[in-house]
Amino acid sequence: MLNVGALNEGFVLDHIKAGKAMTIYHDLHLDKLDCTVAMIMNARSNKLGKKDIIKVECPIDQLDLDIVGFIDHNITVNIIKDSKIVEKQELKLPKKIVNVMRCKNPRCITSIEQGLDQVFLLSDPEKEVYRCKYCEEKYRGHRNK
Amino acid sequence: MRHLMSPLDFSVEELDKLLTLASDIEKNPKKYAHICDDKRLATCFYEPSTRTRLSFEAAMMNLGGKVLGFSSADSSSAAKGESVADTIRVVSCYADICAMRHPKEGAPLVASMYSSIPVINAGDGGHQHPTQTLTDLLTIRSLKGRLNNLTIGLCGDLKFGRTVHSLIEALVRYTGIRFYLISPEELRVPSYIREDVLNRNHVSYTEVERLEEAIPELDILYMTRVQRERFFNEEDYVRMKDFYVLDKAKMELAREDMFVLHPLPRVNEISVEVDNDPRAAYFRQAQYGVYVRMALILTLLEVELPC
Repeated sequence: MLNVGALNEGFVLDHIKAGKAMTIYHDLHLDKLDCTVAMIMNARSNKLGKKDIIKVECPIDQLDLDIVGFIDHNITVNIIKDSKIVEKQELKLPKKIVNVMRCKNPRCITSIEQGLDQVFLLSDPEKEVYRCKYCEEKYRGHRNK
Repeated sequence: MRHLMSPLDFSVEELDKLLTLASDIEKNPKKYAHICDDKRLATCFYEPSTRTRLSFEAAMMNLGGKVLGFSSADSSSAAKGESVADTIRVVSCYADICAMRHPKEGAPLVASMYSSIPVINAGDGGHQHPTQTLTDLLTIRSLKGRLNNLTIGLCGDLKFGRTVHSLIEALVRYTGIRFYLISPEELRVPSYIREDVLNRNHVSYTEVERLEEAIPELDILYMTRVQRERFFNEEDYVRMKDFYVLDKAKMELAREDMFVLHPLPRVNEISVEVDNDPRAAYFRQAQYGVYVRMALILTLLEVELPC
């Protein structure tokens, strides 16, 4: 068993589908944070067979974890404080997703306007439909499921 | 400060107020002739348009205001690569309100995010054209005296026609609306309009291919043009373009109090022999477009209205 040191304060994202940790690392912009990140890939899992885990040591209000809910509902988020799990956060679909995916509509203003954020809004929570804020095109890309 | 991006930006109550103002403008044009004497409208048209731009300009002139702007991307700084965000920040210094048409969907929304003056979406690609919908609603309300309890036939290109989609979305907010969706199989309304708009709002509709089948039932017949630019091959366009031709014979099947609307330009879908029929309302519709744009300008500028 591989051991990575316990966190004092931060998050543990558990039950990530094997091989998807790097995608989440980028989507959460962890590369831009000045904090310790540990990634465990292909760990054994009773639930999934194989799984990835990400441990992030940072103040708990520093990350917007809603995006994880968009990527995969099944990921478990454990919030750590004083080296203990203080909360298991329930994931919900974010109402707004900024600069995670791109609008693929060639007629959308985002295809030519420089410096414009790529924004998707949750238009149908039941069917989990996201639409581009600008052209209202449905997001048809692959989520991490 | 408010902008207009989609016809659904206004609630039914706000829309009612706007249409009432437009009707008052129609009846008392002199009352409003100098109400915007000190105001300027910028028309930022990144792609050619005849009716919409002229209609906006006529609307502002009828209110006593002045108009400035450009009518193609080539004659604007967009040709030099200027962003929409920068353009609107500059235009905000020159005018009090802006009407923008752009081939890219969502461009007017981007403009509204950076603007210090109200922005009106005057058409953004195949996405929205809210002032056409306001025009259609004012026309129907003026001709029929109501926007509820109506049977409305939408005929032609129901797949790509953005005016049709917007009109359906606007009308489902009223009670007693029934639609006849008249189109060839290939040009039926998209499934999201059927499922997310019609079914979700429990609106009754019938899909038919033959215009003759539906026309006797209608209060309003809304004809649309099959647009060449929407087809990938010329063959399909040629096959579809004259699928419907409204002529005198078909008009004989319609009720005496039915009205024919069309967002214009028409090509062959309405025979010129129908033009003199008192039920042909498409040119009056263009006139209503001016009144509703006048009302919109006054509303967004928050101009104090005369008693």
